Amino acid sequence: MRNPVVTHGLTKRYGEVVAVDGLDLTVRSGEVYGFLGPNGAGKTTTLRMLLGLVRPTAGRVEVAVPRVGALIEGPAFYPYLSGWDNLRVLARYAGVGEARITPVLEMVDLAGAARRRYAGYSLGMKQRLGVAAALLKDPELLILDEPTNGLDPAGMADMRTLIRRLGAAGRTVLLSSHLLGEVQQVCDRVGVIAGGRLIAESTVAELRGGAGLRVVAEPLDRAAARARALLGADRVRVRGDALDLAAGPAEAAKINAELVGAGVAVRELRPAERELEQIFLELTQREGDHRG
Amino acid sequence: MGSVRAELMKLVRRPAAWLLLAVALVLALTFTYLIPYASYAGGTAGVRTVGGLPAMLPARLVGNSLGGLPVFLGALVLILGVLVVGGEYGWATWKTVLSQGPSRIRVYGAKLAVLAVACLVTVLAVFAAGAGASALIAAAESAPADWPSAGDLAQGVAAGWLIALMWAALGGLLAITLRSVALPIGLGLVWLLAVQNLLAGIAAPLLSWVATAQKGLPGPNAGSLVAALGAADTPGVERLVGAGQATIVLVGYLVGFAILGGAILRRRDVL
Repeated sequence: MRNPVVTHGLTKRYGEVVAVDGLDLTVRSGEVYGFLGPNGAGKTTTLRMLLGLVRPTAGRVEVAVPRVGALIEGPAFYPYLSGWDNLRVLARYAGVGEARITPVLEMVDLAGAARRRYAGYSLGMKQRLGVAAALLKDPELLILDEPTNGLDPAGMADMRTLIRRLGAAGRTVLLSSHLLGEVQQVCDRVGVIAGGRLIAESTVAELRGGAGLRVVAEPLDRAAARARALLGADRVRVRGDALDLAAGPAEAAKINAELVGAGVAVRELRPAERELEQIFLELTQREGDHRG
Repeated sequence: MGSVRAELMKLVRRPAAWLLLAVALVLALTFTYLIPYASYAGGTAGVRTVGGLPAMLPARLVGNSLGGLPVFLGALVLILGVLVVGGEYGWATWKTVLSQGPSRIRVYGAKLAVLAVACLVTVLAVFAAGAGASALIAAAESAPADWPSAGDLAQGVAAGWLIALMWAALGGLLAITLRSVALPIGLGLVWLLAVQNLLAGIAAPLLSWVATAQKGLPGPNAGSLVAALGAADTPGVERLVGAGQATIVLVGYLVGFAILGGAILRRRDVL
């Protein structure tokens, strides 16, 4: 099955400012892909290029599915129309029947307020109407740009539940966010963007735990010495009563044998799951240093 | 066709569109029939009653209905053009519409189609209101109600439609160029209500090249066309060029505005 979204060297410049810089992105079929980055990292510009709203300066976009739904940078509708009539207008543009309106309103739990004017909607209702509009064409690929922006905690939780449900239904979802917890809770894979560049791409689990091992052993000084001899001093750090090793799970057995062979009692040897926030800050800091 | 239906629904449900139509009718009736008739009936003959009662009778329906299009009715349809196209910038709804899949040119074409319908409705409504007013005046004064021929009426409606659509297309072009609503309306009105009059009233009598250049501008050509069809005693109505030339120039402007607007919309990023 073809990947629904692939970009090759995607670049967008506004004068001297490089908003997106040679982005190679792949979103696989059926996954919920988190597009993570701080504000101004180039997420929305990238999504706009995927939808043809913004033309790339260089590179190209391949969107391999015919039905794409999107909510980009907040909901925008006609304030003098009701939620229902807004969807009627959009259904006509999309070439889908009005019979589709009720199901999508029910999916976002907005059917009860459908006849009210959009101007009177709360922010949460507006966001949900935005998602409903994105679902009108029963899309194979759903692009949601910061869908929880401005929502209260309950609204955010509802929106995440909705996104998980949509992803579980077999749709491919591309979710952009600057909220790490959100991505962690909802997404299968994550692409981290900073300064317009994709600086990491992996599963959330890999991103959190793939980069290190945590060893609790006695005596610790002997364990540290053996680990340094095996891996090199720069890959070993003593943190409290444990060692943090910059090594992957594939090296775990070798490390364990080495320590046990040296008479060290290994009480714990496991992937070190770092907080996504810590990883994110490290990655973006590294990217900043690289650019500087 | 779905995009045209979508645009039509947006326009029909939009209160501002009906307000503009109401203002157009009120202005047309007030300055073409109400004030002249009040002046006539009150016996205080002024500038507007130079034509006297015959100027308000059904025989002058075509000219009376077209007289406002070079300036004030033109200004109102220009505003309509800005609202129909520029509203998408004001509410940031271009992304919402285009995310549903239609191309920019398809949406823009639908907007022009709906503007064409709205302009025709406006012109027909002005004709209908004028017909009603002139019939009432004829009945009140026991004057003859000699109606224009069907051919003259059709010609008048077609000319009015062309002028109205030309101004609406200019409004759309301004909205796309400036990506907003307020500034295009302001600039369009300054051009229509101030610059055109200054050129005609002050610059053209002093500078021969301005007088010549005027013959190529949209307002004077609209004024010439409606003057040829019987409009008189209205600001902006003056026969500077023949009806044939005026029609060709106006069609040229209409096509030019429409194509230029589409080209800019297609080329630019939707931010």
